[in-house]
Amino acid sequence: MATKASRSAARLMMAPAVILLLGWMLVPLTMTLWFSFRTYLPLRGGDQGWTGFDNYVRFVTSSSFWPAVSTTLIIVAGVLAITIALGVLLAILLDQPMWGQGVVRILVIAPFFVMPTVSALVWKNIFMDPTNGLFAHLWRFFGADPVSWLSNAATPSIILIVSWQWLPFATLILLTAIQSLDSEQLEAAEMDGASPLARFFYITLPHLSRAITIVLLIQTIFLLAIFAEIFVTTGGAFGTRTLSYLIFQRVLESQNIGLGSAGGVYAIILANIVAIFLMRIVGKNLDT
Amino acid sequence: MARSVTTQRKTINTTIAWIIGLLIFFPILWTILTSFKTEAQAISDPPLFLFFDWTTENYSTVMERSNYGRFLWNSIIIAGGSTLLGIIIAVPAAWSMAFVPSKRTKDILLWMLSTKMLPAVGVLYPIYLLCIRLGVLDNRVALVIILMLINLPIIVWMLYTYFREIPGEILEAARMDGATLKEEILYVLTPMAIPGIASTLLLNFILAWNEAFWTLNLTAAQAAPLTAFIASYSSPEGLFYAKLSAASTMAIAPILILGWFSQKQLVRGLTFGAVK
Repeated sequence: MATKASRSAARLMMAPAVILLLGWMLVPLTMTLWFSFRTYLPLRGGDQGWTGFDNYVRFVTSSSFWPAVSTTLIIVAGVLAITIALGVLLAILLDQPMWGQGVVRILVIAPFFVMPTVSALVWKNIFMDPTNGLFAHLWRFFGADPVSWLSNAATPSIILIVSWQWLPFATLILLTAIQSLDSEQLEAAEMDGASPLARFFYITLPHLSRAITIVLLIQTIFLLAIFAEIFVTTGGAFGTRTLSYLIFQRVLESQNIGLGSAGGVYAIILANIVAIFLMRIVGKNLDT
Repeated sequence: MARSVTTQRKTINTTIAWIIGLLIFFPILWTILTSFKTEAQAISDPPLFLFFDWTTENYSTVMERSNYGRFLWNSIIIAGGSTLLGIIIAVPAAWSMAFVPSKRTKDILLWMLSTKMLPAVGVLYPIYLLCIRLGVLDNRVALVIILMLINLPIIVWMLYTYFREIPGEILEAARMDGATLKEEILYVLTPMAIPGIASTLLLNFILAWNEAFWTLNLTAAQAAPLTAFIASYSSPEGLFYAKLSAASTMAIAPILILGWFSQKQLVRGLTFGAVK
């Protein structure tokens, strides 16, 4: 069908995008790999030559490594659990007949469009501030002592902020998936006497499984990289230093490029493990 | 086909959904309300909900004091420029993949997607260093290019899924009538592709507007967009709730409005066509 001429034209048209992305991937990646094998301290003597795998070993044996790993896992798992559980419930709710459905949908989706620095700052000051925050007012109203959220319960607070940002995404995708569910199937089950709970577990949930997997994978990739929310709220203090934040600090704050780059390589490998699963699903979808 | 629902059940659904919807929206609503209070009212205990002296003073203060216009302009240039540039580069690529697919098309698409998964922090220093060496740290053009590269995979993917929905027969008919490749693209494909291109433009503008890793790390006084402007309020001396709220409201309002138009595209764009 396609002629030879159109094939080469097609290649030509693809070239700019492919070349740019190839450069965007290869150049920095090669540099990161290169730096990761060198002792490179721009402010303290510059590039001091090869060190083999020293940076890799030092990155994982440093005292901040394992806490960072566990913080990352807690934040990612916490946000995933909250957004997916609430997202499924919200999607089912929003799929029900009601008045003003469109408006409710808009209200629920809105947080996704708030820029990360704004949501972090608004939560940090207007809600979680121990003196003037809205939560402090609320706590005092009930006679309780206000909590210093971002210092005494820093990780849960960040999970709350990030969940608020990502719940709309999960809800929207799950809602889209739920709307493709054949309602006759549910009606048939209802007529056969299946309880609402049984209908949920045997019809709705299996139907959603693919969408849930996709939400899980995409969110994991973005959540592994959250930055502004931590940068603005705690700056990595009070046990909120994630793996990406640790790498950021090594690179820009302590200017230990070798060490930070080794960390970067670990982060890239980690993200790729998640990405492989996502690509498989997306790839399968391309064939149909 | 639609299930008959009792009014009673519909009322219950409506009530629960509205309560939850308002609860989720509340932080935004509260920020908007606070932006119209005086600083004293903004922190008053008990909090004032609607009955306070509405004032727009905070907005004028923020605009006067902090050179808000420049940050806004930077945001528009960076988000708009990177999106437009991305579209210009992505349209031919997506077109050829959708209409002249080869055995490798799928691999190329997936590979492009994989570059999107690259954690930014992993390549932070190389990009930072390149910007310094090229003298473009804190430069709008550099950010336009970087954000374009970050969003290019999504742009290509979205356009590809839209283009695939255009029936190929129409293009063949045009070709048989003697249309050249240029004419084919200009007069046949473009008009049909405009809705898809518009949605892609919208979603990627939003993503670029809210991008808060590169914009925070690669800008200072000159090229900083609104993300960085807001982050500067986290310093203690900037802690004025009403002004923070006014600045925040101005930063998110345009995107909230655009965002509501892009709900559907959001799903397609961010799941790479895997959920429709």
